[in-house]
Amino acid sequence: MSNRRPYVRSMDGWWKRDAYFVSYMAREVTSVFVAAYAVVLLAGLVRLGQGEAAFNGWLQYLTTPWMKVFHLIVLAVFCYHTWSWFKIMPKTMPIMFVGGKRVQPGTITGTGLAAAVVACLAVLFIVGGVS
Amino acid sequence: MADTEKIIEIEVLRYRPEQDKEPVWQTYKVPFTDDMSVLQGVQYIKDYLDETVSFRWSCRMAICGSCGMMIDDKPKLSCKTFLRDYYPGKLRVEALKHLPIERDLIVDATDFMKKLESIKPYIIPKEERTLAQGEYLQTPQQRDMYEQFSSCINCMLCYAACPQYGLNPKFTGPGILALMHRYNADSRDGGQAERNELGYADEGYWGCTAVGYCSEVCPKGVDPANAINQNKMNSAINYFTRFITPGGADK
Ligand code: SF4
Ligand code: FES
Repeated sequence: MSNRRPYVRSMDGWWKRDAYFVSYMAREVTSVFVAAYAVVLLAGLVRLGQGEAAFNGWLQYLTTPWMKVFHLIVLAVFCYHTWSWFKIMPKTMPIMFVGGKRVQPGTITGTGLAAAVVACLAVLFIVGGVS
Repeated sequence: MADTEKIIEIEVLRYRPEQDKEPVWQTYKVPFTDDMSVLQGVQYIKDYLDETVSFRWSCRMAICGSCGMMIDDKPKLSCKTFLRDYYPGKLRVEALKHLPIERDLIVDATDFMKKLESIKPYIIPKEERTLAQGEYLQTPQQRDMYEQFSSCINCMLCYAACPQYGLNPKFTGPGILALMHRYNADSRDGGQAERNELGYADEGYWGCTAVGYCSEVCPKGVDPANAINQNKMNSAINYFTRFITPGGADK
């Protein structure tokens, strides 16, 4: 009979083991906030369908102190979300060449972040123009 | 000798299946000089302090891939890591995480070897050529598409860095999937359809959640996370088009 008895270590609490795993989990958790905010926006859409008064009620609700605090938290979380996803984006792209030179991961992350900033400014600009 | 001798404490996670129910830490005091690697520290233990300590090594120059271990909880090649970087503190060495401990610092690599074989890690020629037809030509850019992925030394550090593999050992895992991509991405190769069966399965590319630590710890710059995640798009396209392209689908 074999004397082998390979020992399998437990994975309990694995994500606390390394700072790298903690930042990964933080990135994953931010997705929950994205989903939560989608629900907020969806509620707005439903209220819009119910008429002007309902929609104004929803807008009013957004200005309550709790919702303001919620928005500040969401803003901070979204910033981390954006940064962490564009940081991992180069991993999802095939190897690319521009002008015979390999596109560097930093370039991909930078381009993504720049696009996010431009998109945010464009939205702010449009909203500012409408109201 | 120019260096004065210093002493560093090395804690080794011991596991002797015939006597230990579970792994236990054991501390050794090791005299060292600044040019000594962690591997040399462990070799010192075996040669002068405790001959029962078991570990793997061969080349001592970061090319054979056998000396990987957790050094202060980070997967590293012990021949490429230096004791001086831990002094005056102590350091802990442990068998690579996520793999079963066979004995002391030695892991059971059976699963890894089995998977390695399963992905057909060799070129399956796209077209058969006779000797008279000459070699398979490739442009430098075609070579760049796979070269970094061909640098893998099968050290399994990326497996010790991958929580998904730790949670579900059925997952093919970073190093092997990177090697699969190495052959699939080779312009001379025609084995994609055979390999994709494994790649597109749940245990293939999709077992990865882009933690990315594998690429961080890889001593050879392979970037397994990139090899894996760039394939998800193709896999998704394959999944949705298999219904409309008769015979063009992988299972
Ligand atoms: S991909 Fe890198 S870390 Fe993983 S087995 Fe190969 S050389 Fe080691
Ligand atoms: S002994 Fe060969 S890689 Fe370390």
